Amino acid sequence: MSSSNGHHVAPVSLYLMVFGALMVGTILTVVVAKFDLGALNNVLMLSIACAKALLVVLFFMHVRWGTRLTWVVAGSGFFWLLILFTLTMSDYMSRGWIPGTLR
Amino acid sequence: MSDGYPQAPTAGLPGRVAIHGAGDPHDGHSHPHHPKLQHHFDDMAQQAEASTLGMWVFLVTEIMFFGGLFMAYLLYRYRSPEGFAEASNHLNVIWGAINTIVLIVSSLTMAMAVRSAQTSARAKVQVGWLAATMVFGAAFLGIKAIEYADKFEHHLVPGPNFHWTGTYPSAAEQFYSLYFSMTGLHALHMIIGLGIMTVISIMAWRRQFDAHYYTPVEVAGLYWHFVDIVWIFLFPLLYLIGYHYGAH
Repeated sequence: MSSSNGHHVAPVSLYLMVFGALMVGTILTVVVAKFDLGALNNVLMLSIACAKALLVVLFFMHVRWGTRLTWVVAGSGFFWLLILFTLTMSDYMSRGWIPGTLR
Repeated sequence: MSDGYPQAPTAGLPGRVAIHGAGDPHDGHSHPHHPKLQHHFDDMAQQAEASTLGMWVFLVTEIMFFGGLFMAYLLYRYRSPEGFAEASNHLNVIWGAINTIVLIVSSLTMAMAVRSAQTSARAKVQVGWLAATMVFGAAFLGIKAIEYADKFEHHLVPGPNFHWTGTYPSAAEQFYSLYFSMTGLHALHMIIGLGIMTVISIMAWRRQFDAHYYTPVEVAGLYWHFVDIVWIFLFPLLYLIGYHYGAH
């Protein structure tokens, strides 16, 4: 179904399914946090958070039916965020690897 | 007054500057224009696409805005993972989880508000979904206020009165600095969101939105969902990293 200005109208059942998945994800995150899994705690919690964010972006924010330009612009924000994290941490974590360089 | 476009002979008439040919089938075009179509766009689809894209560009700047705080969190937590876990353990997971659910429900009602405009639902239905979104948004802020008050009471606000009995007082103060910065900036976005929803509700009440034109609801929805996504990451990173140590 399409509205007259070209946008896709998603069925209510799809929104309810996304909502259900977000709820399950939230409960799963809390359950995972209850157990001490070491570094895996962070991996699992952030993976679930990323999956939830992806569901919101694709369906609630209609990127699933958006143009390629919307995909590129939306993706670029998260891509730049990864650059921020990766470059900063690669600098910070590697300080002092070469003797005499740690200030 | 004339904008000089030869294809718009009525452009010099009063009230025809920005919305030439509004609803008039005899203006030289084969079909009438929608009154909301601005003259620099070819059609309603192009106009909606431009607005959506513009909003996404703004949201990219928002990602970087919050990104700086997430970067600070990452770095300080890397320096003192145990200290952050210990500090996180004093946040109330129940309130945090309830607020996560409240925000997800508000995202669903927001999506339904956009859909009601897309399907030309009655003004009452559109305003109803928007009002529901605002009620859940206000509930979120109410719970946040209860949590903040609790932190003040227990001397967990960074500053001269910060008091920590655990093993890592300095890391704990860093954690609570980030907690208040990140949730504070997020709460500010919620307050702005409530203001935007008030304006959108008034527009919806005046029957401004239907299947042909609903861009303001759509764009406001993008903002609302973005703020929801920020919380989806804040909840595990702030509330859950010390949860397996057992509740205090």
